[in-house]
Amino acid sequence: MKKSRRIGSKIFMGVLMLFFYAPIIYTIFFSFNSGRSLTHFDGFSLQWYGKMFSDSNMLQAVFYTIVIAVIATAVSTIVGTITAIGLSKSHRILKLIVEQVNNFPLMNPDIVTAIGLLMLFSGLHASKGFVTMLLAHIMFCIPYVMLSVTPKLKSLDSNILEAAMDLGCTPMQALIKVIVPQIMPGVVSGALIAFTMSFDDFVISYFVTGNGVSNISILVYTMSKRVNPSINALSTLIIVIISVFLLLVNIVPSLYNKSKAKSAKG
Amino acid sequence: MKSFRKMTYPYVVWISFIVVAPMFLILLYAFTKEGNAVMDFVFTLDNFKKFFVDSVFIDVLLRSLRVALVTTVLCILIGYPAGYFIAKSSEGVKMRWVLLITFPTWINMLVRTYAWVGILQDDGIVNNILSIIGVRSITLLHTEFAVILGMVYNFLPFMILQIYTALTKMDNSLLEAAADLGADRVRSFLKVTLPLSLPGVLSGITLVFLPAVSSFFIPKLLGGGQYVMVGNLIESQFLTSGDWNFGSAISLIMVIIIMISLYLTKKVDKTELTERRAN
Repeated sequence: MKKSRRIGSKIFMGVLMLFFYAPIIYTIFFSFNSGRSLTHFDGFSLQWYGKMFSDSNMLQAVFYTIVIAVIATAVSTIVGTITAIGLSKSHRILKLIVEQVNNFPLMNPDIVTAIGLLMLFSGLHASKGFVTMLLAHIMFCIPYVMLSVTPKLKSLDSNILEAAMDLGCTPMQALIKVIVPQIMPGVVSGALIAFTMSFDDFVISYFVTGNGVSNISILVYTMSKRVNPSINALSTLIIVIISVFLLLVNIVPSLYNKSKAKSAKG
Repeated sequence: MKSFRKMTYPYVVWISFIVVAPMFLILLYAFTKEGNAVMDFVFTLDNFKKFFVDSVFIDVLLRSLRVALVTTVLCILIGYPAGYFIAKSSEGVKMRWVLLITFPTWINMLVRTYAWVGILQDDGIVNNILSIIGVRSITLLHTEFAVILGMVYNFLPFMILQIYTALTKMDNSLLEAAADLGADRVRSFLKVTLPLSLPGVLSGITLVFLPAVSSFFIPKLLGGGQYVMVGNLIESQFLTSGDWNFGSAISLIMVIIIMISLYLTKKVDKTELTERRAN
């Protein structure tokens, strides 16, 4: 009876994985289709990859997605970390207020944040495009960075900072040499979250952009109205890049630890 | 370190402009008449009246709530056993399962949802399999079924991970104690495991219901142009018909519904906690 239960749960998890991975496999499979159809495989070809690299709209969208994600991550990581540090030394009320305001973009549906920004930018007569999209991305990335840095700050021993200043550090030196190295894991994971949030964003970008500036998500959305198999090629490329990245992130540290353990033994 | 406090000032200025001001704009537009001149606004409730008087809009709201609710229930029904299975796996296998569940979420949501368009088409793979078995082909794409499927697909990982996290935090000796005291498997599950995993289920509900009720690209891609949910309604007010006042009012109604449901789940969490303590 126990055995049958184990087989049952294995089948359940197998079906679940099929459900999760079928669309991904489907996308990869049809990116090599020689026809336009998304349902009939006519034969193997790389034509959609060729089309993708000659499609200026697509290349531009990829370019904007990466540039915005990189700048938004850099800015939000720096600003978020600095603010979180300042906040940890600030009055409780200020802490509470900033926390509550940060919760707006985190808890509100994206579409509400998006229309708010749309009205703000229009009210300021800002021309919608690259800059508005970048500002919006910085706006929703900072709370994630602060959320991942703040717990690290809380667990910090304040005596170490005082010791550093007693030994003659200026506050700035103490900040860079004492605080920042200790909260680095939080900063790095915050930056990672910010990058993926920016890279994957659709709703907010869709509302605040204009003048032909679009990212990958917007491109997929607008292209879905007429079948364009180049999307599959682009998606496959993204899937491969993310797989390699995740593999590196997950495997390299364990390999590193293993080799360290070995060298420690030897 | 008083000198550090100054480091928060730029951010406080920034959020007042880019987070607080837009929220005020939504409130302002929701309660004023058409015309974008901020200086001569007139207070009105017409935007809300328009929503609640017309049955078309009420239908859209009810449809969104229904779809989000069905999605959430399905996510619990599928996500609970999955999270339970992973939490009970051995240490090394556990991380591998978590990675398998999270991996798809790293890929762009639109890209993954778009793939279902091909799979569900009339001459797509699902209908092909059905015809091999001998079942007449059925329309799948542009139905409510497709929309719910797309939502479960996108939001299920959140539910699984929340339940898994709650279950791994659980102290296994509690189960041993329950067994020692004579509880069978079913009873110890109902009396020990289930209550202790409830906070995970509740935060999972928030993570599924909230994006489901406000989603607008899943209904657009999988439901077709005819299938309208609240998100699509808001989108069309802002991007096609240009009625920002009405659009703001709809957003406000949606936010209030979400806030009520968040409050209710929090309340369940709290009463459950106090009850457990009382026992």
